[in-house]
Amino acid sequence: MTSPPVLIIGARSDIAMALARRYAAAGHDLQLAARASEGLAADAADLALRHGIKASVHELDILDTASFAAFLGGLPTLPDTAICVVGLLGDQPTAQSDPEAAALIMRSNYEGPALLTGMIAERFAARGHGTIIGISSVAGERGRASNYVYGSAKAGYTAFLSGLRNRLAASGVHVMTVLPGFVRTRMTAGMPLSPALTAEPAAVAEAIVAAAARRRDVIYTKSVWRIVMAVIRAIPEPIFKKTKL
Amino acid sequence: MMLSGWGRFPRQLCRTHRPADEAALAALVAEEEGPRIARGNGRGYGDCAMQRNATIDMRGFARMLAFDSECGQLVAEAGVLLADVIATFLPRGWFPPVTPGTKFVTLGGMVAADVHGKNHHRDGTFGRFVDWIDLMIEDGTVIRCSPQENAELFAWTIGGMGLTGIILRVAFRLRRVESAYIRQTTIPARNLAEVMALFDAHESATYSVAWIDCATAGLGLGRSALMLGEHASPAELSRTRRAAPLRALPRAVRKVPVDLPEAALNRLTVKAFNALYYRNARAAAGTTIVDWDSYFYPLDAVLEWNRIYGRRGFMQFQCVLPMEGAAEGLTALLKAIADSGQGSFLSVLKRMGAQHGPFSFPREGYTLALDFPFSERSAALMERLDAITLDHGGRFYLAKDARMSAATLSRSDPRSETFAAMRAGAGLGRFRSSQSERLGL
Repeated sequence: MTSPPVLIIGARSDIAMALARRYAAAGHDLQLAARASEGLAADAADLALRHGIKASVHELDILDTASFAAFLGGLPTLPDTAICVVGLLGDQPTAQSDPEAAALIMRSNYEGPALLTGMIAERFAARGHGTIIGISSVAGERGRASNYVYGSAKAGYTAFLSGLRNRLAASGVHVMTVLPGFVRTRMTAGMPLSPALTAEPAAVAEAIVAAAARRRDVIYTKSVWRIVMAVIRAIPEPIFKKTKL
Repeated sequence: MMLSGWGRFPRQLCRTHRPADEAALAALVAEEEGPRIARGNGRGYGDCAMQRNATIDMRGFARMLAFDSECGQLVAEAGVLLADVIATFLPRGWFPPVTPGTKFVTLGGMVAADVHGKNHHRDGTFGRFVDWIDLMIEDGTVIRCSPQENAELFAWTIGGMGLTGIILRVAFRLRRVESAYIRQTTIPARNLAEVMALFDAHESATYSVAWIDCATAGLGLGRSALMLGEHASPAELSRTRRAAPLRALPRAVRKVPVDLPEAALNRLTVKAFNALYYRNARAAAGTTIVDWDSYFYPLDAVLEWNRIYGRRGFMQFQCVLPMEGAAEGLTALLKAIADSGQGSFLSVLKRMGAQHGPFSFPREGYTLALDFPFSERSAALMERLDAITLDHGGRFYLAKDARMSAATLSRSDPRSETFAAMRAGAGLGRFRSSQSERLGL
C-alpha cells in the first residue's frame, strides 16, 4: 500500500536526497528529476529496495524552460506533492563583473523554478488538489553585499510562491515556502558555518515534511532563523548599508 | 584526521578522503601516487583500515542496487551497513548468510576480512556467499571479479584485507528465514574438555559458540557456556510474536557516555564479571526463544562499548588452532592467561569448519577470541599467546590484530608470502594499510 507520489525537482542535492529518504520511508512513490539524471539511477534503486516503493528518474534541465511541458507530460502520473529544491549559489564577486554568471544564478534560482512551479500549479488547480513546496532561502529576505545576486533571485522566487499561494488559497492547492538557513551540504562544503545556525539535511527534510502535513505557509527549517531574519529585516537601511553581514 | 580502529589502539594521523561518487574515487585512486587503503565503518580492531598517506572513507557508497527475490541475491555498494541489509530484508524473510558479532560493519569490510560467524563450522565464511565483486584497481579502472571472471583476483580479494584494490560493489546471497527469532540452547561446561566434547556432539547445530571464563585456573580451566542456535519457525513463537514473526525491531541502544577510568577494569572486576557470567549461564541453561538482535549482536545494544576500556583502548587477540593439538594448545593459552591474572572480559571459543579462500583466516579447528585493556603487561601476555599459537600450528585474525610482528605473521601463515608475490605480480602494491606495512604484506 503506497502513499501518493512525490515529485522532487533538483533531486541530486543533499536536501533533496534527504527528502527522498523521508518520503520513501513514509511509503510514498518518488519521481526524481534532475540534470545528468543517470547518476540518480542507483539512488532510485536504493530507495525502492529499502522502502518497497516505486522510484522513477527523469531528466530535467531547469534552464531549458521550453522542455517543461514535455517533462511534466512524461511523468508516470501527476504527483500529489511537488518539491522544487533547485538552487545554484554561484560566486558573488564573479557575478558582479560577469553578466553571464549573474544571469545563470538568476535563471537557476528564479526563472526556471518559478516557471516550472507555476506550470505544476496550473495542473494541480485543474485537478483540484496538490501541494507545492518551494525551497527558497533566507538570503532572499534582504539583499546583502555578500550574496545579493543569489539573494535577489531567491527573493523573486519567494514573492512568486507568495503570490501563487494567495491566488490558489481557495482552490485546494497548497503552496508552502521553505526558508532554510545554513545547511551542511555539498553547496556549503568548506564554508565556515556557525553550528548554532546550521542544520543537517535530514533535519531540514523532517521539518519540511512535518510542516507540509500541517499545511504551513512559510517555514524556517531551523527556528532560530526566524529571529535572526526578523532582526536583519528590522535594521534601518542607513545603518544596514554600512554593515558587513 | 586522527583515526583508530574499534580497539582505539593504535591512533594515527591519516589523510582521509571521502569521495562523493565513483568518478571522484577513480580520479583519487589514479592520481594518488603513495599508498592508500579503503576504510568502511571502522569496526576492524587495529590498523587494518588506516593509512597515513591516504585513507579512503567508503561510507558515501551506501546504496543497495538490486535484489533477486528468487535466489536472494543482493547487489549493493561496499559502504552499505549490514544493519541496513537486515532492516530492509529481514521483514521480507531474508537474513545474512554469515554475520560477525556486530551489525555495524560495511559489506566491503565483510568481504575484505572474509568474516565468519557462529555458523562457520557448517556454512563457512561470508565469502562463500559472494557471487561477484566490482573492484577498483591501481589505475582507477573497475573490473568485475567472480569465480568465472578474474577468478584469482576474486579469490584473493575475499579475505585480502583491502590489499587487492577498492571493493566497490558486492553481489551476495541472503538466506531465507521464517522468523526473526532464534531458538537458543545454553549448555554449561565445567572445563575445556567438556566444552570441546559438546562442540563435537552438536556439530549439526546451525549456530554454536561458547563464552569461556578466562579468569579461572585449576580444575575449572576453560569452564564455559555453549550457546547453540537455530532459526525458529513461527510455530515455536508465542502467540503475539507469531502474528508478525518477521517483525522484531532492533533493541533500543544505550551509549557509553564517557571513557571509563582504566581502573574500572582490573583483575577483580574481570574475575567477578566472569564468575557472574558463568553463574548466569548455568541458571539460564536450557532452551529459550530470543530475537535476532539479542542473539547475534548482544554488544551492539551498547553503542561505543569500546569506551569501557578507557582512553588507552584495548587489544583483541584471536587465533585459530588446527584440530590436532588443539586441546593442548587451548590449555596452554588459558593457563597463560589465568597465570597472568589478566583474564579477558569477553572470551569466545568456537569450533571452525574447513578452510576456504587463499588468505582467509578460518581453518578447521578451534578459534579463541579475547580482549585485553591496553597496557605493557597485556602486550607482554599477547607475545606469549603468539608464541603458544605458533607452537601449535595456529594463525591469527588480521581484522583483530593491532600489534603482531611481521616475523610472527610469516611464521604463522606461509600464505602471506604467496599473497605478497601475487600483489606484486598484479601491480597492486600501492594498496597498503598501516597493518600491511607493519606486517610486511
